[in-house]
Amino acid sequence: MNNILNQIGIENYIFLSVILFCIGVFGVLYRRNAIIVFMSIEIMLNAVNLLFVAFSTYHQDAQGQVFVFFSMAVAAAEVAVGLAILVSIFKNLGSIDINNLKNLKG
Amino acid sequence: MEKNLALVLVLAPFLGFLFNVFFGKKAGKNIVGIIGTLSVAVSFAVSLYFFLQINETKKPIIIDLFDWFSLQSFKINFGFLLDQLSLLWLLFVTGIGALIHLYSISYMHDDENMHKFFAYLNLFIFFMITLVIGSNLLVMFIGWEGVGLCSYLLIGFWHKNQDYNDAAKKAFIMNRIGDLGFLIGIFTIGFLFSTIDFVDLKEVVLGGTNSGNTLWIGIAALALFIGASGKSAQIPLYTWLPDAMAGPTPVSALIHAATMVTAGIFMITRMNFLFEMAPLIQNIIAIVGAVTALVAATIGLVQNDIKKVLAYSTVSQLGLMFLALGLGAYEVAVFHVITHAFFKACLFLGSGSVIHALHGEQDMRKMGGLKNVMKITFVTFLIASLAISGIPPFSGFFSKDEILMIAFENNITLWIIASLASIMTAFYMFRLLYLTFFKEFRGTEEQKHHLHESPSLITFPLIVLAILAAIGGLISLPGNSWLHEYLAPVLPAVINEEHAFGTTEYMLMTIAVIGGLIGIGIAFAKYIKQNQVPKEDAQIVGFSKILYNKYYVDEFYELIIVKPINVLSNFFRDTIETALSAVVFGFGKAAEAVGTKGKILQNGSIGFYLFAFVLGVCAILTCLFLAK
Repeated sequence: MNNILNQIGIENYIFLSVILFCIGVFGVLYRRNAIIVFMSIEIMLNAVNLLFVAFSTYHQDAQGQVFVFFSMAVAAAEVAVGLAILVSIFKNLGSIDINNLKNLKG
Repeated sequence: MEKNLALVLVLAPFLGFLFNVFFGKKAGKNIVGIIGTLSVAVSFAVSLYFFLQINETKKPIIIDLFDWFSLQSFKINFGFLLDQLSLLWLLFVTGIGALIHLYSISYMHDDENMHKFFAYLNLFIFFMITLVIGSNLLVMFIGWEGVGLCSYLLIGFWHKNQDYNDAAKKAFIMNRIGDLGFLIGIFTIGFLFSTIDFVDLKEVVLGGTNSGNTLWIGIAALALFIGASGKSAQIPLYTWLPDAMAGPTPVSALIHAATMVTAGIFMITRMNFLFEMAPLIQNIIAIVGAVTALVAATIGLVQNDIKKVLAYSTVSQLGLMFLALGLGAYEVAVFHVITHAFFKACLFLGSGSVIHALHGEQDMRKMGGLKNVMKITFVTFLIASLAISGIPPFSGFFSKDEILMIAFENNITLWIIASLASIMTAFYMFRLLYLTFFKEFRGTEEQKHHLHESPSLITFPLIVLAILAAIGGLISLPGNSWLHEYLAPVLPAVINEEHAFGTTEYMLMTIAVIGGLIGIGIAFAKYIKQNQVPKEDAQIVGFSKILYNKYYVDEFYELIIVKPINVLSNFFRDTIETALSAVVFGFGKAAEAVGTKGKILQNGSIGFYLFAFVLGVCAILTCLFLAK
């Protein structure tokens, strides 16, 4: 395990996950398609997961990996619920453009 | 046995009150009257029993009912003290009370709220008994407040007339001022002697442990005197009593002439040992009493309302009693209280009989010539007038003469003032008598047609009271005073015992009688010989206008007390309260304004929400990093 980190270096993992996270953030901010937004959120989530695993290896501590399992399980449930909501929205409005979802305006 | 009897004495009128309040309306007017009168008569019977007993044994009866409350070592019992003084008071409170109840049965028969009237009267008697027989100052205070309340309720009994309500409020507020003084007096005494029980207090005060503390004793005595002057209508708190005549006439007779207004005198007599240690306050009492007697008598000279004349006469007579109290002659004051109760109750009930016959007319200018129609009322009224004017052998002569004599021995100025007041008393009483009963009737034809002598329920109390007013002086004849011996155990020992009855005394008596006759003579010359009738309100000029308007004291109080308080209240309402509520409302307004602006942010655009969300997270993270 140390070999992998020695070969690539922990900082590269950090850069990768930061880049992934930023991609996710910009995807959320700029895309209007709800599914794409949803995917971007997943990218952010996985960027964080990646960081967890990398540090887990770096510190020789299994806790981070265990946490990632939890987070993935929760993410799976979240995806199921989120997609169900999206399907329902599409059935009602005929579109999943988030600009159309303004019924909650105060 | 004694305990139970004492409870009967106190609770009989209270039961009468409860009955009349809860069942009075259904029971009907006759039952209400009978129950009301009987409950007071029971109290009278019990008082008489106790009185006879104590006259024999000469030992006070102390009844402890229960521990009321205790603060550390300061304990207060709820109990009754039946001694010579309280029994004397009980006798005439319940006796005259019963007579006036009887009178009211007829007098108030046409009133729709008769049951209420009797309920209040019974409640009054209950509180008056509590006041008189309480074994400590606090129990007395319960009665003190209670009679004030009943006085308020009864003055405002015909509450559909706003003037009457105002009179009731005035009486209540004036009394509150006095009550505050009384309370301060109680606290000061509790602080000084750590007891407020009359028996213990007397021991402690006469024991002299605290006698060095003259300043505080003086303050306590002054505070008690303020309390007494509120209840007993002395300067400067006397203005409520004439207004209190708004109540039905039996109320004026019972509460505002015979009983309640003598509570102040009772209290000072009760606390005589304390006042004896504060000579300065005694002087103040004497001066206030004398001045009140004179001022009220001068006002009484020109009043035209039959009850107002009697009211000022009451204030004036109470002033004479305070004069006697201030000079340390408690027994004389008590004597005058009793004779005054007889003849003043008789006068008020007589005036009530006249008012009854004239269907509510109270202005003497519209009366006259009633002596042929209302024979019994006239004769009783005449006897009572002679008594109050100090003509021998009627009761007022003896009591007033003793006051004048005491005043003469102590201070010639006080004697002159008191004598002047007596002469005026004789004048205005006979002015009243002549205007009401002599000459021609000056009312309307219709009234004249309906003139009648009052029914026997009204005349019977009049006759009894007139007899008492005539012979009441027997209880304390000069030189051989039953009252003096009877009251000796509760009053301070007189140092120079009754000195021989010499020429000075006879001279003083003669002067007093001549003074009274002069007053009567002037009234006779003016209203019988010259056949004058007091002028209409608008035509009164000069000094008599000032007198007629009661020296403008009410206006003066209005100006220096009521107006400033109103101004202050308005200031607080308009300025302070507005400012405070502006601050409170300000918070609400600010929240609303922020909300209105903030509403724009909730535009429903999810993209914007997300943007704000990311921005927020970035801001928080930046902060956290910077804070590190």
